[in-house]
Amino acid sequence: MNPVLLIDFGSTYTKVTAVDIDEPRLLGTANSYTTVQTDINNGLADALIKLEQTTGRLDFSARYAASSAAGGLRMLASGLVPELTAEAAKTASLGAGAKVLKTYAFKLTEDDAEEIKKLSPDIFLLCGGTDGGNTDTVIHNAKVLRDIGGDYPIIYAGNRNAARECERILEGREVHITENVMPTFGKLNIEPTQREIREVFLARIVQAKGLSQASELISGIMMPTPSAVMAAMKLLAEGTKTLSGIGDLVAVDVGGATTDIYSVCEGLPDDPRTSLKGLPEPYIKRTVEGDIGMRYSIHGIVDAAGLDRVAEIAGLSEERTSEIIEMFANNTELLPTDAETQAVDEALASMAVRVAVTRHAGRLEEMFGLGGLKLVQTGKNLTNVDKLIVTGGSLIHTEHTGRIASYSFYDEQEDPEALRPRNADVLVDRKYIIAAMGLLSEHHPEAALKIMKQELVKDDTAK
Amino acid sequence: MEQKKKTLVIGVIGADVHAVGNQILYHAFSDAGFNVINLGVMVSQEEFIAAAIETNADAIIVSSLYGQGELDCRGLREKCDEAGLEHILLYVGGNIVIGKQPFDEVEKRFKAMGFDRSFPPGTPPEVDIEALKEDLHVED
Repeated sequence: MNPVLLIDFGSTYTKVTAVDIDEPRLLGTANSYTTVQTDINNGLADALIKLEQTTGRLDFSARYAASSAAGGLRMLASGLVPELTAEAAKTASLGAGAKVLKTYAFKLTEDDAEEIKKLSPDIFLLCGGTDGGNTDTVIHNAKVLRDIGGDYPIIYAGNRNAARECERILEGREVHITENVMPTFGKLNIEPTQREIREVFLARIVQAKGLSQASELISGIMMPTPSAVMAAMKLLAEGTKTLSGIGDLVAVDVGGATTDIYSVCEGLPDDPRTSLKGLPEPYIKRTVEGDIGMRYSIHGIVDAAGLDRVAEIAGLSEERTSEIIEMFANNTELLPTDAETQAVDEALASMAVRVAVTRHAGRLEEMFGLGGLKLVQTGKNLTNVDKLIVTGGSLIHTEHTGRIASYSFYDEQEDPEALRPRNADVLVDRKYIIAAMGLLSEHHPEAALKIMKQELVKDDTAK
Repeated sequence: MEQKKKTLVIGVIGADVHAVGNQILYHAFSDAGFNVINLGVMVSQEEFIAAAIETNADAIIVSSLYGQGELDCRGLREKCDEAGLEHILLYVGGNIVIGKQPFDEVEKRFKAMGFDRSFPPGTPPEVDIEALKEDLHVED
């Protein structure tokens, strides 16, 4: 046996996962409260004691960690046009596992400056203009950032023709210059920015978030938790040289405050005559719905889906449904206790996956012109994706995961334009190991893939 | 020092799907030494403007082949002004109106809509290129 420990310092819980990489299998999981205020090792030690109560004493050969503690990797991003470089900047940040507090477009205003000062991000991503294109806006924004002050690092990924000037304007600040997120019109180039974000995260953020105390104990790979999830999903879809993956997939992670959706697929149109509109889509895409969450963002679900719909799915009156929703909103630690609260919780989760997957998925519009019918696709086509991975507390602690998840499927009647998966197998992360497997995949991809294949179980309750 | 390449944003406006002429223009303009951003077919006014802002374009060249050009182009100049592209050169060309109408009248109408130049159907790309070089002060 060769046990390896994977640690996820979450905002509330520190989760530990032990695996054997000799004969790849899960040895056990446990969690405890994250203790970032005092010494983050205390929470980790508690979790380890709990773990070893079930697994027995383990002599770990390596310990790897991911973190979303202390607010996660809090980023702000700015670009020029909302649908172009601002969107590219946001996509790059989300794909690097950041929590994007806000994305700005065009020239930063005085109000924006005040807001940025107040938000004081961990990293600011400064973009705008294609290479050789507009420089005014990004230079203006660099000056605004200089005048605000602060000591967070700034990553510059805008028009390369303005890079040096912005660096001079921001003299005295930590500035990392990298390739433009959109070097030529409509081309997305986000990997260099993502590498830079990760390096800054390792060099600075780990320190600043009180995680460095833990770094003595661990062998390495500190990454933001969403990055670990993305790594796991990429591995699960693609496989390794010797072990095949499961192919294109969509993953949903419904949390208390936000809902994250990941897709690993090209997402091209079914009909090759379809025209594609908008920015090219990344093969691995992450979106975060900040208004969709089971407790802190519970009202966002109701706003998006409608109280009548939630009540209908729960099989309760709107009045009773509303009462239960308020109860959850006012008591974010509350778990369902009886049939009625369970029904409302599941109805909310159903709508959360539906809304979040709809926003993540592309759309196919039919347009009639003089040339007849023309199809136009924006975003990713997920209709052919046949694996849906489900994680997150509200979805893995119920018996009806499949039924809830199936609300994210393609719906001819209600929204025929939304290119959601037509019919997918629902695979459930019952033991909440995905982020851990992403960490493990950095050094032991085969073991990580084998364990995911064992542990992600198909749920047949999909309708 | 080499003169900085002028940037053109081109595309076919509205619900028009005529791709071939636009592709010919793309090659002709590129060969003539312009930096060409080709938005393809079915391009909205907003897409023309967004592309021109990011790339700091010198001209927007709108094609329309299906007769609805006048409707599709209306308001583009005003939107450019609104977006801070007050000085951008606007050209339009193709079958830009319905039926057979004297082109000098058509040209007048598009001029009033803020288009610097209009080109009738069948204009060879060389004519556009000459006009562009003149208006953008490009020396051979």
